[in-house]
Amino acid sequence: MEPFIQVEQLNYAYDEDGGQRRRVLRDLSFSVERGEYVAILGHNGSGKSTLAKLLNLILTPDSGKIIIAGREITDPNLTEDELYEVRRRMGMVFQNPDNQLVATIVEEDVAFGPENLGVPSEEIRRRVDEALALVGMTKYAHHEPHRLSGGQKQRVAIAGIIAMLPDCIIFDESTAMLDPMGRRDVLRIMDNLNRERGITVLTITHYMNEAARADRVLVLNDGELYMQGTPAEIFSHPDRLAAIGLDVPQCTDLVHQLRDAGIAVEGDCLTPAQCADAICAACAASGITFAPPRT
Amino acid sequence: MTSITLGQYFPGNSLLHRLDPRFKIVLAVLYITASFLCKSIWSFAALALSAVVLILISRIPPSFVLRGLRPILFIMLFTVVLNVFLTRGETLLIDFWIIHIYLEGVLTALSMVLRITVIIIGTGMFLTYTTTPIALTDGIERLFSPLKVFHLPVHEFAMMMTIALRFIPILIEETEKIMAAQKARGADFSTGSLMQRAKALIPILVPLFVSAFRRADELAVAMECRCYRGGEGRTRMTVLHATAADWVMLAAMILFGAVLLLINRFAPGFAL
Repeated sequence: MEPFIQVEQLNYAYDEDGGQRRRVLRDLSFSVERGEYVAILGHNGSGKSTLAKLLNLILTPDSGKIIIAGREITDPNLTEDELYEVRRRMGMVFQNPDNQLVATIVEEDVAFGPENLGVPSEEIRRRVDEALALVGMTKYAHHEPHRLSGGQKQRVAIAGIIAMLPDCIIFDESTAMLDPMGRRDVLRIMDNLNRERGITVLTITHYMNEAARADRVLVLNDGELYMQGTPAEIFSHPDRLAAIGLDVPQCTDLVHQLRDAGIAVEGDCLTPAQCADAICAACAASGITFAPPRT
Repeated sequence: MTSITLGQYFPGNSLLHRLDPRFKIVLAVLYITASFLCKSIWSFAALALSAVVLILISRIPPSFVLRGLRPILFIMLFTVVLNVFLTRGETLLIDFWIIHIYLEGVLTALSMVLRITVIIIGTGMFLTYTTTPIALTDGIERLFSPLKVFHLPVHEFAMMMTIALRFIPILIEETEKIMAAQKARGADFSTGSLMQRAKALIPILVPLFVSAFRRADELAVAMECRCYRGGEGRTRMTVLHATAADWVMLAAMILFGAVLLLINRFAPGFAL
């Protein structure tokens, strides 16, 4: 089966002040399967956000092909209806929750996307209720967005995308401005959408522990694909990541340091829980036992 | 920062609150027209009575409504002074030095004050007090949508109002943040001459504008990502339905205008 998103030899450059062109993406090629959960890592200016905007044609590439569900969206003969169909399929959630909510009432905002698509009223009502329930914001349906917390606003923004029934949602650093609680809620929703609704998730982030939740990680550096693989594969090369200014999740780093010190710790250790188990196992193997924790 | 009231919406669930916003706009216009139909003292009495009835129906405390009249007190006073001293008539009431006050002048002044008061209360009862800004925007968009035939950007105007309403609280909050930041660095906004104070505002306005433009840009991209392409082919989640109450109120308003005309005709006390 062909991949859901296929990117081939993508190039993009910005016009800078003074007539200079700054190349943001260089011959980038990769593909994403339907229903996959992919994290895109890279430091600032690596072209992550530009890539996101190319995937739903907010920007047009200088050269290269993007094929989504078998249709080449970089085709110059793409009709306007096809363009909006691409935007519907490829929902996008941004960093600042304030700057993506349009309406003054939560449910009106969630309805904005389907309204633009010309969906009949009763169907919009149904989708809005369902989307709000999915992100756990039903009881805030009639609130004003500016009275909600950052995490709640971001959940409303996600509901607004879900109501358009997308195939794929691109999260462009959507957790960067949130407090830990809001971030946890948003991450849980991302997992749910992927696992239970089969929505393809692309998450652009520079939080390593968020990338660790994905099925696959793409690392971008200076507009080129630097590494790709499962989180375990990627984070087993801390030196390669460090070379481009990225690090590995703290718990993975701890395990690497233990190994360097000659202590045999097994496993990938991408989450604190896995790390704790691995260290306990290593201790048990070398004969160190712990008193059960006092409760 | 949590209590920004736009307009003077007074939450409630009265008959007036529940009316269709489109009808309320029409009713407000008709009510203003009716206030200009009054010619006799009896029709003015009927007008004043109607305002009282409206306040009672809306279940908004009269003190709240009267407070809303405060800003126009000066205009009313000005009208009174002008009319009382400058109107010439036949029945001279006071003739002292250069002051000549005629009965006609006093009556005109009173009728003007009553008319302005009723207009303010009327628009308040139908629109500002009982209709949320969002409902009002919605009402304007649907009521004037036939004007699209003449290429009037009705949808765009409504969308602008919605976005403005959405971003006013955000920008107010941001202004406060910037002011606090400038104060922390020793900026002084409250002393000095008017010129100095105006100058002190520049370091607030520049970052505020920069941020507003950045927000506008991000919002535009977010709207495009959500398939926004203007009012063409757009549907709405909530569809306004005119109810029996809407039509009854409209009929009552027309009837009220007819009654005022009849009173003018048959009970022309102190005709003006």
